[in-house]
Amino acid sequence: MKLTTALLASGALAVSTAAAFAEAHMKMANEMTIVSWGGAYQKSQLKAYVEPYLEANPDVKVIWDESSAEAVAKLRAMNEAGNVTWDVVDVVASDGIRLCDEGLAAEIDPEVDLAKGDDGSSAEDDFGDLLVSECFIPQIVYSTTFGYRTDKVGDTPPADICAIFDTETYPGKRALEKRPINNMEWALLCDGVAKDEVYDVLATEEGQEKALAKLGTIKDDVIWWSAGADTPQLLADGEIVMGSTYNGRLFSVIEEQKQPVGMLWDAQVFDLDGWIVPTGLTDERKARAMHFIKFATDTQRLADQAKYISYGPARASSAPLVGQHADLGIDMAPHMPTDPANAKNTFLYNYEFWADYRDDIDAKFQAWLAQ
Amino acid sequence: MAKQRPITRPLGFVVPIVALAGAVAGLFVGTANDASLTGVLIGAAGTAILAALFLTLFPKQRPAFWLSTALFALLGLLLASIPGAVIGALFGAFFGWFTFWLGTGRYRDRLPPYTSAGQVLWHYTFRVICGAIFIFLITPIIVVMPLSFNAEDFFTFTPEMLRFDPEGYSLKHYRDFLTNSDWQNALWNSVTIAPVATLLSVGFGTLAAIGLSQPHVPFRRAIMAILISPMIVPLIISAAGMYFFYSRIGLQGTYLGVVLAHAALGIPFVIITVTATLVGFDRSLTRAAANMGANPITTFFRVQMPLILPGVISGGLFAFITSFDEVVVVLFVGSAGQKTLPWQMFIGLREQISPTILAVATILVGISILLLATVEMLRRRSERLRGLSPA
Repeated sequence: MKLTTALLASGALAVSTAAAFAEAHMKMANEMTIVSWGGAYQKSQLKAYVEPYLEANPDVKVIWDESSAEAVAKLRAMNEAGNVTWDVVDVVASDGIRLCDEGLAAEIDPEVDLAKGDDGSSAEDDFGDLLVSECFIPQIVYSTTFGYRTDKVGDTPPADICAIFDTETYPGKRALEKRPINNMEWALLCDGVAKDEVYDVLATEEGQEKALAKLGTIKDDVIWWSAGADTPQLLADGEIVMGSTYNGRLFSVIEEQKQPVGMLWDAQVFDLDGWIVPTGLTDERKARAMHFIKFATDTQRLADQAKYISYGPARASSAPLVGQHADLGIDMAPHMPTDPANAKNTFLYNYEFWADYRDDIDAKFQAWLAQ
Repeated sequence: MAKQRPITRPLGFVVPIVALAGAVAGLFVGTANDASLTGVLIGAAGTAILAALFLTLFPKQRPAFWLSTALFALLGLLLASIPGAVIGALFGAFFGWFTFWLGTGRYRDRLPPYTSAGQVLWHYTFRVICGAIFIFLITPIIVVMPLSFNAEDFFTFTPEMLRFDPEGYSLKHYRDFLTNSDWQNALWNSVTIAPVATLLSVGFGTLAAIGLSQPHVPFRRAIMAILISPMIVPLIISAAGMYFFYSRIGLQGTYLGVVLAHAALGIPFVIITVTATLVGFDRSLTRAAANMGANPITTFFRVQMPLILPGVISGGLFAFITSFDEVVVVLFVGSAGQKTLPWQMFIGLREQISPTILAVATILVGISILLLATVEMLRRRSERLRGLSPA
């Protein structure tokens, strides 16, 4: 009995030391291409994740590629050409799901590949519902919401999402994203559809017609944007009275650039942004990518990112650690889309619905745009 | 000013033309204030009345000129403060001068006395059209320059800038370009890629042009068409093709790959310009050289090359600018390690509209102007030295 325990124990010890040895000495590539979105968001990743990582691993060289917007197409092409040059790719959750389905992103085991939460919770519990795909490691929660020119809305700043359809009270151009997602939901919501029925209605032919008809009431007043930088520029120009964009962009316009712009948080749509690791990497490169991701998505790193940009950390354990803006010294918590005061009425991007209906509704939307 | 010439042209001739110019000016001012049609009408009516008043009540040009300048400056001041006043003064000066230029018949001075009215009209219409095209081409480039000194991070003329308030201007975007490692890497990549690609293009392109100008080469036209094809096939097609081909042979994402791709894009320009200069090249010169005992290589460098040099240089210039400006192919063939300036600008424009791009653009425009001016001066000098052109 004693002997077996001792044998088992030493065997387990040997196995665990061997595993530790293997992990410590697994060859890792020293160059890593990280793909992200550019701009202030990429800068926040540089400050919060990459600079500390490079400090701890000084022989690593990081190359940035600002191609996240076309990540899916490029990864397909790379895969076809048998020449994957990216190691870690930042994508929105819906792209992550698509890449996972197509086998272009590697699956990840949260318990093995991700760090435990600082409060002792397992990675799986810490990320919770935000683990929307086997390949996608969430980083931040961002929201698509509206900003408006404070000097162009008179004494009654908009507080309700339906202000975008109210061209009488708020005359002037609006900027909306050139895609159906979010716009269709808002249109139905302002056409009297109850919030929990929006997707049921949108799944029907009539519901889609209804949403487009509602959007049609302001079509002449809409400037359609396709890059995240468009709406801030249009707001700064005073070309539009209100426009949708990502909440972090609006934070930058309001707090950093001091433009006369206000936030309309009503019916903001939450979405996730996170990492994937492409398939088809050599073992060394994959080891490096996983090593980086484990570091970059731990509790402290995710909380640190909020110092540079107003996006909410994806780990529950990071929320209490969110502090002040690195340069402005203002508290960041009230600027998070997830802050209770801002999150009174919210949507979560409906990945399932849009995965099923995206192509169909997209075609209708584009045809409607061209009319 | 010399004694003023009497007003010889009737009101019915001067006023409509001035009104037409006024309508164009009014269109600009009106559009800026969201009222194009009103602008046109007010512009036409206002300048017509002014012209009629000047010709009947102020037949002396100088006071009328200053009056018009002051009047328009005041109008501009009311509409758009100081910049408005400056533009208004320019408009006013123009109309003050234009009215009398027409009224006294000075517009015919430069033309032979026998030209008919139609010919005079065409003479000036032609100049106006040329001017309009020139403005159309140059305005987008000019607009970029003041905006690059914006103190804010937007592509917008801020109220401070329009008031000529020094607060509204800053060099911070130039500082960003010169200190930010992303931009410096991109600059370094462009500067190392473009000259090598140019050298390759010039070398291969010149040889190809000389070879293809020999009448005894078989399939000349077919070979020429293939070599020129990178210029004709849409860039995105070449880029996608190069991407898959270079991936297979391991050149994708390497410095050499980008250089070769850019060289392929530059070769057609060199071939075309060199072929054009070879048309004027007298073949008996090479035969004469051979007759005197020079071997073909000596003949090429001592006789042929100096004569076709202008074509080679301008082809090289085009090849250089192609590589320096190119964004599509490098996006495919390069990897993030070969980010060139246009690539970096493209990213900056899409993800964050930062005036650093405008600062870079201004610097690049400056460099391009210097480069073109230098090459043109050198070309003229060498032509003068060889006695090819008079003066």
